[in-house]
Amino acid sequence: MSKRIGIEVSLAVAETVGLCDVDVIAAYPITPQTHIVEHLSELVADGHLDAEFVPVESEHSAMSACIGSSAAGARTFTSTCSQGYALMSELCYIASALRLPIVMAVANRALSAPINIWNDHSDLMYARDTGWIQLISENGQEAVDMSILAFRIGEDKRISLPVQVNLDGFTMSHVIEPLSIPDAQEVRKFLPPFKPALRLDPAKPVSMGGVGMPDIYTECRKAQDEALRASKPVIQEIFDDFARQFGRQYKLVETYKTEDADTIIVAIGSIAQTAMTAIDSMRARGRKVGIARIRVFRPFPAAELVGAIGGAKNLVLLDRSTAFAGGEVSGPVALEVKSALFDKGFSPKVGNFLVGLGGRDVTGQNFEEMVERVASANNGDIPAYEFINVRE
Amino acid sequence: MAKETGIKRWKELNPGMAVTSPGNAAELKTGDWRSMQPETDRDKCIKCGQCYIFCPDMVYSKDEDGYYVQNYYWCKGCGICAKECPVDAIRMLQEVD
Repeated sequence: MSKRIGIEVSLAVAETVGLCDVDVIAAYPITPQTHIVEHLSELVADGHLDAEFVPVESEHSAMSACIGSSAAGARTFTSTCSQGYALMSELCYIASALRLPIVMAVANRALSAPINIWNDHSDLMYARDTGWIQLISENGQEAVDMSILAFRIGEDKRISLPVQVNLDGFTMSHVIEPLSIPDAQEVRKFLPPFKPALRLDPAKPVSMGGVGMPDIYTECRKAQDEALRASKPVIQEIFDDFARQFGRQYKLVETYKTEDADTIIVAIGSIAQTAMTAIDSMRARGRKVGIARIRVFRPFPAAELVGAIGGAKNLVLLDRSTAFAGGEVSGPVALEVKSALFDKGFSPKVGNFLVGLGGRDVTGQNFEEMVERVASANNGDIPAYEFINVRE
Repeated sequence: MAKETGIKRWKELNPGMAVTSPGNAAELKTGDWRSMQPETDRDKCIKCGQCYIFCPDMVYSKDEDGYYVQNYYWCKGCGICAKECPVDAIRMLQEVD
């Protein structure tokens, strides 16, 4: 039986990772991810969790250790964010290319400079081209559920890729929420033991991480790309399986009041929850607004997203990071969304707003302003993106 | 002579590009990197085996008469054998098509 308790989301994620029968955790603490690995370290030290906790000297070493342990066939977890992610990123490309189903919680945080420990999606977007599957949670319950799902998705033989569980730093990581943590038996039923297709085993030796010269590199990249492509339907299948057992249904793209909406917001992460409250209040005043929330950012669910938003007249696309592209193209989320729409022949009126940078609040009022701005603007007058809530 | 099997199609690759047949570096043809080719003058050669010892690949092997012969499937033309030969029996010749 699941128990419903009030618990800090970071601790809930750590407890859940423990329930997933993880074998190795190699991690380095960084705010606001610290409580996740700190609690896992406690669980191991106190004998509650039978796992190796490797207190490495940097995030670069954390991912290196994770690659080794996952290659040896151990279920492996790490967690980081921001500068820590930047430091480990070199290894992240290798983890995905070697098809190692490492799970990493990222307590999303801004990148320096200026030094800022608060929440935005700079690290999530920095990670988008590394070949990892990127799951996004919007509240504590989803962070718990995505942590279980991440192991099942990554370790599925049809996928075999590393998976990021993104949760907004502080906004989620440090908030105490009432949520359900499944018991160990339920998790075991959903998550079979990790059986890698190939592993480092002296009895049956293999080499991982060889050189690939120009005559094979393209084939290696093609094979990796196909693996990520093929993962999309399997992820939805596993979401459906999760719903059958735990009663909570997830989709690649989640929608709220989009069916009859002429204006649709597209957002990722916890601000979507604020947006839904703002949508209720705008709807009470007759504005037909809805929201599409991207649950899985990699692989990018373009078809599902276009299905949800293709009919809208106005789109409000939100980015929680800055893309320094020179001002004439949009931020990363908006770029993906616009590309998906263009490929299917849609050309709605689009506004792209950079919001919630470095921990700045995004209020219900901000959502209403952005919706009005796009709805009332002439198509040609909207810039590629705008900073919202910035002092001129 | 090794057969040339290093080149695969993407569908033939193992997950994560893992190499499951140990020792298969012998199959990889590195001879086509070469622009200079070593040639041994048997009148000068004293069969000391320095070329065999210093070759960073697997090019040299001993024949029935005790001479060390080159396998050009692997020879990258680095010239170390020619440099190390104590009696200057090995010359590097320009590769011709």
